[in-house]
Formats: sequence, C-alpha cells, structure tokens
Amino acid sequence: MKTFRIGGVHPHENKLSAGQKIQNVPLPKQAVVLLAQHLGAPATPVVEKGTEVKVGQLIATASGFISANVHSPVSGKVAKIDTIVDGWGLKTPAVFIDVEGDEWLDTIDRSDKLNTICKLEPAEIVKKVGEAGIVGLGGACFPTHVKLAPPPGKKAEVLVVNAVECEPYLTCDHQLMMEHGEEIMVGVSIIMRAIGVTKAIIGIENNKPDAIKYMTELASKVMGVEVLPLKLKYPQGGEKQLIDACIHRQVPSGALPIEVGAVVQNVATVYAVYEAVQKNKPLIERVVTVTGKFVAKPGNFRVRFGTPLNDILAMAGGIPENTGKIIAGGPMMGRAMSNTDMPANKRISGLLLMPQEESKRKEPQNCIRCAKCVSVCPMGLEPYMLAKQAGLGLWDEMEAIHVMDCIECGCCLFTCPSNRPLLDYIRMGKNKVGGIIRARNMKK
Amino acid sequence: MNKLIVAPAPHVHSGDSVRKNMLNVIIALIPAYLVSLYFFGLGAFIVSATAVVSCVVFEYLIQRFICKQKSSIGDLSAVLTGMLLGFNLPSNLPVWMVVVGALVAIGVAKMSFGGLGNNLFNPALVGRVFLLISFPAPMTTWPTPSPMTMNYLDAQTAATPLSLMKEKGTEALPALWDMFIGNMGGSLGEVSALALLIGGIYLIATKTITWHIPVSVLLTAFVFSGILWLVDGTVYANPMVHLLTGGLMLGAIFMATDYVTSPMSPLGQLVYGVGIGIITIVIRVFGSYPEGMSFAILIMNAATPLINMYIHPKRFGENKK
Repeated sequence: MKTFRIGGVHPHENKLSAGQKIQNVPLPKQAVVLLAQHLGAPATPVVEKGTEVKVGQLIATASGFISANVHSPVSGKVAKIDTIVDGWGLKTPAVFIDVEGDEWLDTIDRSDKLNTICKLEPAEIVKKVGEAGIVGLGGACFPTHVKLAPPPGKKAEVLVVNAVECEPYLTCDHQLMMEHGEEIMVGVSIIMRAIGVTKAIIGIENNKPDAIKYMTELASKVMGVEVLPLKLKYPQGGEKQLIDACIHRQVPSGALPIEVGAVVQNVATVYAVYEAVQKNKPLIERVVTVTGKFVAKPGNFRVRFGTPLNDILAMAGGIPENTGKIIAGGPMMGRAMSNTDMPANKRISGLLLMPQEESKRKEPQNCIRCAKCVSVCPMGLEPYMLAKQAGLGLWDEMEAIHVMDCIECGCCLFTCPSNRPLLDYIRMGKNKVGGIIRARNMKK
Repeated sequence: MNKLIVAPAPHVHSGDSVRKNMLNVIIALIPAYLVSLYFFGLGAFIVSATAVVSCVVFEYLIQRFICKQKSSIGDLSAVLTGMLLGFNLPSNLPVWMVVVGALVAIGVAKMSFGGLGNNLFNPALVGRVFLLISFPAPMTTWPTPSPMTMNYLDAQTAATPLSLMKEKGTEALPALWDMFIGNMGGSLGEVSALALLIGGIYLIATKTITWHIPVSVLLTAFVFSGILWLVDGTVYANPMVHLLTGGLMLGAIFMATDYVTSPMSPLGQLVYGVGIGIITIVIRVFGSYPEGMSFAILIMNAATPLINMYIHPKRFGENKK
C-alpha cells in the first residue's frame, strides 16, 4: 500500500465521531458573517445597513486576485457592518444579519436530485466556482478558482482528491463521502473538465475501509477516476505528501503542485464545486466535526456560516466541565481558541475539546540529539538545528537549511522525547526569514 | 467554565520521553549483564554496581552543590552511563578505581559540558580511557571466565584474544563459538556477542536506535579486516575474530549509538560508523594498544559536529523524479 516517502508519525486516531450522521444546526437569530474567511485580502462588502438579503445572495466581493466572494448564509436584514474579536483575540470585519425566515434565491436548486450532466466550458466552470466564493476546505482556505486556473505555460496532468483526513479526531470529510459520494464523483468529473485532465486519483487512508469500498464502487462507473487506499501515516493530507503518495512525484522546494502536473482539491471542496456548478449554490455552509474524549455527543454537523460556535457545541452536548483547551481543527495543526463566541466560517473544519489533563505540554528538557525529529520530518529538514538557530536569531543560516520548506505539520514536536518546543521556534524563525526574503525581493 | 489554554499546535504528544529511551537501552543491556554475572561472578556485580551508584551520586551532588539546578537523575541517563562504564572495565578492578572512572565520566565528560545533551564525548568512554591511561596494568589484566565465581580482586587472570593475537599471532585464539557466547577474557560486558546482539535487536525493534550506526561499524570492521586477512592469513586474524572479540560489538551497538555524541542524519551516521570501523581495525592491527574501539569512538565523537554541519538529510523534492 502506498504512502509518502519521507518521515511521518502515527498519532492516536481517536475518530470518536466516525459514522455519526450529519445533523443540521438550527439557524441563529443573528448571523455574523466574516469578510475574511479565506487566504488573502478580506472581501469588500456590497451591502449596507438595512439591506434585505436572501440566502445565497452576494454580500461581499473578492478584493484582489487572491480573495473570495462572500454570500449571505441566511435571509433577513443587514443590522450593521462592524468588527468582531475572533477566537484568537484578533479584530476582523463582519456583516451582521438579523435572521428572518429562510428565504433562498430563486436561482438555487434546492432539490436532492443528482445532476450529473455538465456541458459548461472549462473557463465557465472556473468562473462559476469563483463567483460561488469557494475556498479550499481542507484548512488553508486558498481560493479554489485560482487553483483551477493553472499559470500560463503549465499543464495539469492529474487531479488528486484529498480524502485522507489525516488529522486525528476529525471525521467530517469521511462522513461527507459516505452521505454525498455520488455528488462528489460528479464534482470530480467537473473539476477534471475544468483543468483539462483525463485522470483523477482519490486518496483515502486505510483507516476508512467503508469509504474506500463505497467510493471505489462509485468510481468504477466514472471514466478515469481511481480510488487509491493509502497506508495510515500523518501528515498524508499535506499537499506535497499526498502527491508523493499518489503519483510518486515530489514537488520541488518552493514550487506549486502544478510543477509536477498535479492539482489537489479537498473532498469537501469538490462537493462545494458540485453544488456551485450544478445547483448554483454558493459556499454558505460546511460540515464541522465536534469531538473530544468527554464530549457528550460527538458528531458531524452541517452549519451555515455566521452561526455562533456555541450553537454547534450545544448540539454536541455542550462544553464539558473539565475542558482545558478548545481547538479549531485537528490536534496536530489546529489552533487553540481563547473563546467560542466567534461564528462558524469557511476555515473551521472541527472543534476539538481537550480535557485539562491533556491540555498542557510537559516541561521541556535538554535536547538529547536523538535525531527522532530528523527522522520524522516529512520535508527532510533538521528541526533540532532550525529550532536552535531560531533561538539564536541566525536567520541566514536558517534560510540556508531551508526553513521555508517547513509545512508546520508538528511531527517534530509530537515526537520529541525531551518535549522541546521545536515547532514554536521554527515557526518564529520562518516568519522572520519570510519577512527578510520579501524585503529582499521588494528591493530587486 | 475554566479559563481556556491557548498554545500553538500540535496539541498532542507521542508520549515518548528521555526516561523511556534510557530505560530501553538499560533493558537491552540486561542479557549481556547476565552473561557477565555468569562468567565473572561476584567481581562483575561489584564493579558494575559501584559504577552505577557512583555515577548517580556524582550527578546528584554536582547538580545540587555546583550547578545548583534541578536534579535530572530521574531521566536514568546517569544509570546508563554507569552501566556502560562498568561494562567497559575488567571485573577485578578495585572499587576506588571504578569510583575515579565514574567521577571523570560524570564530572568531566558530562556535567562540565552542561549535562545531558551537551557533552561532546561519550561519558562512559571518557571514564574508561582515563582509567586505561592512568592505570594501564590493572586495566589490561582481565580475569579468565570461571562460571559463578565468588573471587573478586584475586580472580585468576589471562590474556584476552586480542592481546594474544598481538603477542603470539593467530594460533593461540579460543574457538569462535566460545567467543560468540562470551567464554573468554575481556571487560565484563563486552564478551558475549550473542547477548549484545539480542540487546541490539531489541533496540532496533523498539525504534530506540536505527540500524545505521551498528551495521556500518560492524560491516566496515568486517570488510577491512577481511581484506587484510585475504592479503596474509598467517599474520592477520580472521575477520570473525575481530567482530567477536574486544569491545567491537558492545561499542557498535551501545557506545557508538549514544544519541548525544553521534550524528543526526542517516548518511552522517553511516560515515561515522565507517570511520569507527576503520580506526578500530587500524589501531588493533597496526597500533600499540591491543584494542582500539574506545579511541575510535571518541575520535569520531569529535568529528560529529563537523559531520552534522556538512551532511544533511535528503530533503523532500531534492531530486525530482
């Protein structure tokens, strides 16, 4: 069975919410829709206080090449446009909408009927995806229409669909495949058409045998689509790692996947593309996993953006008494939040509630130079050395040993027997080195 | 609700610890220790127990009264240093010499550099080499193996295969099988290749160490001494003799693989292992000491920072296929 070639670790899977049917979270009284739900510049609002909006109506447009449209996830009246403090204590602009009923735009097809026929030209598909405000739902939130339009001179050869879900605990992609596999297959063929390839590989880790079986069955009816079971190893869902595992090619340092002819899309993104292209439905909701060892009802929830996270947590039985940490995303790369008052958005794929006893790191000891960080690094870097150099402020040296290749997967810190905060140092150094490189490029 | 903890990812840990790794190495040493207790009896126990106790006590005292820092003896690294030091000494060495060796190992080679992780040289070997140079006679008269003996300082002594070879040529050697199971003279922990190999397999199976260093050391020593043997079999010993005698097996599996003093990248580890193999055989065959393993490891320890600086692991996407 295939997997990526360098490094990797095996964290406990803890897929507590596996197999839980997707439940809908009720609409909130007021939806707070963030304008920066994607990588790049925040969207520019096109509504103002008092504007009546319907579900699916454009409320903010992409401002710049790397940005994404934002649509209203609810119907009602815009109360105000203001800033809120998000779960990380940062101010971010948002549109507040007082919810009235649930009235959708007429152009959106709300039926469950599977629509398999797509006769659009590639450029039209990309345009539609861009208009629908779709971003990569795996975590990075990179605008999808940018990814579907390869730079001039580059040719895509294969579509790689990321259905790995290598983060422990999270199950939203798994459940989405089990419930909407057919739609995902149509989405795959639409994207293949958009980027002009005849081959697609859906990578699924072997801890989801039911999804592998179901998707293989569906793929057998679609030309050129193959389901590839992958050996369980973290971080297989990393873009470069997944390409290596699926087509045995390594994206060079600093390059994009298109360099080796690959385009990677997350399986949830593929589903969103299906809905946008075939049903005219913009990206206004997603599936979120709420999980944790002490959560009463861990599960998978379909939630409109703008719904307070507390509403989703309530669906799972509320926040347990002994919760010490709430993480947006998985335990390996997710971000710990200081509060849960912020609304759901395109970025949040899961809420993981960790008990207090698992929330604190152990005290770091001296580095014993065991080289375990070196052997698990999936990018073939030397975390111990980078961390040391970052502590000493040796930015040039860090650049020379390729700190910018680091994907911040956390394998080094996960594995370190001395509990050293390797990734914290490396991240700090990476920020510094990135700033220096940008300044240098500006001067040129 | 409680205050939430905000910390950067990752939020989970493998549960690995320094203590677990040290404990694994100690467990891996047990078979060889049992063999030495069998062949060298009471002496083996006294020497090794003294080494362990004095290493731990010295580390505690130095941290308490000189460094004024929290004690780290709980990570078991001092216990391991003590065991390895004991393994590298003859079983009839007087207690006070063992204590001096432990003081040099912990005080000079480890704590003066800043404790675990900062030392340049393998502490146990520094202790051993210090004793070898200071007290050459007691450090090179080894007791003959006599099962379950209660003799200690008055144990009967005999030459080891390596010194026999130096003095009398290759005819005087014991049978290969005796050398393999450990029925020969030598430092108390190094005699049984079989028991050491069992420990080595355990270490690799538990992923405490990787195969790179032991295999490259043993293979290099085997090939290099094999070439010499093929050139002139009457002067140079069979490569199997080199593998099974002296500290080669103990050194390759337990001393050269010391985390702190060995290179970080797999290729670097291979270079380091090849260096140790070559230097050991050169000292054994052409040098004035019968055994060269300790010196070989210490020399390559000194080269480790250089290896780390020039040899980096293969990066992702470095050579595109």
